[in-house]
Amino acid sequence: MLSLIVFTPLAVAALLLLWRGLPASTVSWIWIAVTGVEVAAVLGVWWAYPGEGFAHEVDRPWIPGAGAGYHVGVDGLSLPLLALTTVVFAACAVYSLRRQRRPRQFAALFLALQTTCLGLFVALDLILFFVFFDLSIVGMYAVIAGWGHGPQARRSALTFFLYTFLGSLALLLGFIGLSVAAQPHTFDMVALTRDPPTQGTAGALVLSTVLLGLAIKTPTFPFHTWLPPAHTDAPAAGSAVLAGILLKMGTYGFVRIAMPMLPDAWRRYAWAIVVVGVVSVLYGALVALAQTNFKRMVAYTSVNHMGYVVLAVGAAGLVADSDAQARAVAITGAVTQMVSHGLITSALFLLAGVLYDRGGTYRMDAYGGLAADTPRFAALTAVAAFASLGLPGFSGFIAEFQIFAGSLSAAPVAVAFALPGILVTAGLFLWALHRVFLGPARHRLSATADLTAAETAAVLPLLALALLLGVFPRLLLDVVEPAARAVTDLVAR
Amino acid sequence: MNERPLALLPELLLLVGAVTTLLTGAFLPRGRQWVARLIAVGALLVAVLAALPAVGERSTVYAHSYALDPATTAARLLIPLAGLLVVGIAAGRVAGNRRETEFYVLTLLAVLGAVLLAGASDLLLLAVSYLLSSVPLTGLAGWGRDRRGAEAALKVYLMSALAGVGLLAGAALLTALGGGASDYDRLAAGLAGAPSAAVAVGVVGVLAGLLFKIGAVPGHFWVPDAVQGASIPAGALLTTVPKLGGLLAAYRLFAVAVPADVVDWPLLVAVLAAVTMTLGNFAAFGQADPRRLLAYSTVAQVGYLLMAVAVAGRAERALPALLVYLAGYAVTNLGAFAVLAAEPHDRLDGYRGLARRRPWLAAALTICLLGLVGTPPTAVFAGKLTVFTAAWDGGLAWLVVVAAVNTVASLFYYLRWLVPALSLPSGPPPLGTGSPRGPRVAVAVAAAVALIGAAGTFPLYGLVERTLQR
Repeated sequence: MLSLIVFTPLAVAALLLLWRGLPASTVSWIWIAVTGVEVAAVLGVWWAYPGEGFAHEVDRPWIPGAGAGYHVGVDGLSLPLLALTTVVFAACAVYSLRRQRRPRQFAALFLALQTTCLGLFVALDLILFFVFFDLSIVGMYAVIAGWGHGPQARRSALTFFLYTFLGSLALLLGFIGLSVAAQPHTFDMVALTRDPPTQGTAGALVLSTVLLGLAIKTPTFPFHTWLPPAHTDAPAAGSAVLAGILLKMGTYGFVRIAMPMLPDAWRRYAWAIVVVGVVSVLYGALVALAQTNFKRMVAYTSVNHMGYVVLAVGAAGLVADSDAQARAVAITGAVTQMVSHGLITSALFLLAGVLYDRGGTYRMDAYGGLAADTPRFAALTAVAAFASLGLPGFSGFIAEFQIFAGSLSAAPVAVAFALPGILVTAGLFLWALHRVFLGPARHRLSATADLTAAETAAVLPLLALALLLGVFPRLLLDVVEPAARAVTDLVAR
Repeated sequence: MNERPLALLPELLLLVGAVTTLLTGAFLPRGRQWVARLIAVGALLVAVLAALPAVGERSTVYAHSYALDPATTAARLLIPLAGLLVVGIAAGRVAGNRRETEFYVLTLLAVLGAVLLAGASDLLLLAVSYLLSSVPLTGLAGWGRDRRGAEAALKVYLMSALAGVGLLAGAALLTALGGGASDYDRLAAGLAGAPSAAVAVGVVGVLAGLLFKIGAVPGHFWVPDAVQGASIPAGALLTTVPKLGGLLAAYRLFAVAVPADVVDWPLLVAVLAAVTMTLGNFAAFGQADPRRLLAYSTVAQVGYLLMAVAVAGRAERALPALLVYLAGYAVTNLGAFAVLAAEPHDRLDGYRGLARRRPWLAAALTICLLGLVGTPPTAVFAGKLTVFTAAWDGGLAWLVVVAAVNTVASLFYYLRWLVPALSLPSGPPPLGTGSPRGPRVAVAVAAAVALIGAAGTFPLYGLVERTLQR
């Protein structure tokens, strides 16, 4: 079942590539249909999920010489991200209706990329995880280099490729270290989680390489420098996937790999992770505040939002100063934040794409008074901005509330430092809304520049889901909480 | 004394094939030399088939001088298959040439020499097979009979002669130190009590010959010039076939014959591996000629491969790792050369817009170059993963870190080739120039195998035991 969900997009991608003369509109509808079926399939898996442990497990030998297997399965940590992946890709498919040059190749590339993202979240083998991790980099490089805009697109794509490739190799080194320490040598996540192999200095070294790889992908301060240029030059749908899904690969790695497999080292260096999280929160927010480019600003708020996740998972490692209940809340908050950020930021990036499409620039000073001329665009952007700054009623509030509540007892000083981040984010979003939508008009856009039906249909469901999870968080938390408690216990071993 | 001529059937078939091809070619008119090609291909195929019945065999023949074990079996399968791909790559360039037959004969002899190199379990046989595989390489390098080809041939010849002296002197010294025994099993016993300084000199001498053969530092100088000067199919062979034989020979020498407690060869090989990969990668940075770029990339790849040799006998999975990497490397490297043969350009810029002109060729190039980087799920990824794991397991974690950093660095120059090829200039697509059928088939086969390699290595493990036959 899971393999079918993971590899169906790839099969369709191959079909699209081979089928030359396919009309562009047919391509779009095939793409939308496949992503729609994927959403339905993952909802089916969610419905059938027993509530605890791994479901739909498949374990086959793959590269037996290296101890790597084809081992997949879902649990409360991966299921929400799996669902998020299908939703974001479906939104991108709808958004790209009648939009891209070379639509056939674009759709095929995105479908292949979807396979890598889905595969990563269901992987229960480190090498399988790495394979999808690496392939997602290649896919995103092709998206930015092939469909990016701006004179710097190639260069940004190359920076992105080299930087994240470095991260992925660091990750591979860590994985090899984990595997070599285990007896017998294995890359199986379940086996490595059951019996964490490394202790002492070796554990610290392995953790540092794994963390380097994940931190580059997440990205946290100071490894975030590839992110803003990559976002600025990527096409809107590419940015949505990059921010919505690819960044989650890093944070998902924290809770799936680093914490359960290296509990000893994680507890010892949790304070460092907390510090990195707080710095990311503040740095991301402050730099975002200074941006004049709308898309770059959103990109830096991603650094800020991922900083909260890092803070939470770090605080969950400070075992001595807090009870298990609070730590579980922090991890639940971290997972909720991944889902919430995925939904809201994808929506913001798609809206940024609309802005560029109509006005030809991301510079906020070039606009003004858009609220009067393009009311639908203004309304949805405002909703997305408020959701992103953590307004109660949206999923972001639930996530950040849990992160702060869970981390408070373990790291009160860190939380005190991170809280102003929310304030800055609120300020920068309000200021951005003010510059783009209010005041005298400095643009030459008419009412026809408002959102089209396809664009609305792409963005609205993302925001509606953020609202739904904000009002009825139990829908998500019921699945996440048991898994978060399990991670808490694993770290405290 | 274990004299079983039939145990050497694959090798004999290659030899008979070479002789038959030569004789047939001598009597064929110029327009019908394809008959010779057919014979050469047939000989390679039959040699592969003849190796299959001996897959599970574990013994030595002719007074322990030739080992029949997983490494030899792998060499008997891989090297002729690589030879087949080379013939496919050559089909366009050499077809109809006056000296077409010579190319095939030299290819068959080079394949035979490399197989013998891999199976040799005796210093004297190692020396003989070294010479047998060196002479055809010189001939192939100069096959085109142009100025650059002559330079390439001269370079290969001089280097091989120099390294050959080292190998012969080293072999003689080691044999003397080992009490007159030259087969690896008794040599190991004899060397155990020998003075380590003298053994070190002998090992360095033998290693010099093998390092030349595989194109590793310090015996790498001939690689870029020979690949650039020789024809493309000859370059493909020069960078693949001798490496397969030479690396297996080095592995066997260290795993069986030289005790690590007498000479610290693991450290020596590890340092050589680190230097080789670093030098190969950094020298490849500035290359504008795709042939030189590929040549330096093969030097770098040998560095990664040497990691498995450095842990020979110490990490339980070193041998399977080496074989998997060799198989992946051979097919991926030949695929890249096949792309080069299908569309030769002297400068990387010549490939600009390849994706529009010939999308399938561009796809094959992408697979092969990303494969050489080690991107999953290609064959080289499986090789790199297993070799890295084995090296770490053997206590060389630092070398794994060096190799990982090198891998990132290597991405840069492969992308220098790939990015122009994949960029799409505006305007109508120019008409694709037709290329001969041979390279296209070779491209397709190599790219497909390179792509599904990681999944495809699964059956390979059934063949591979973890130790060698003494």
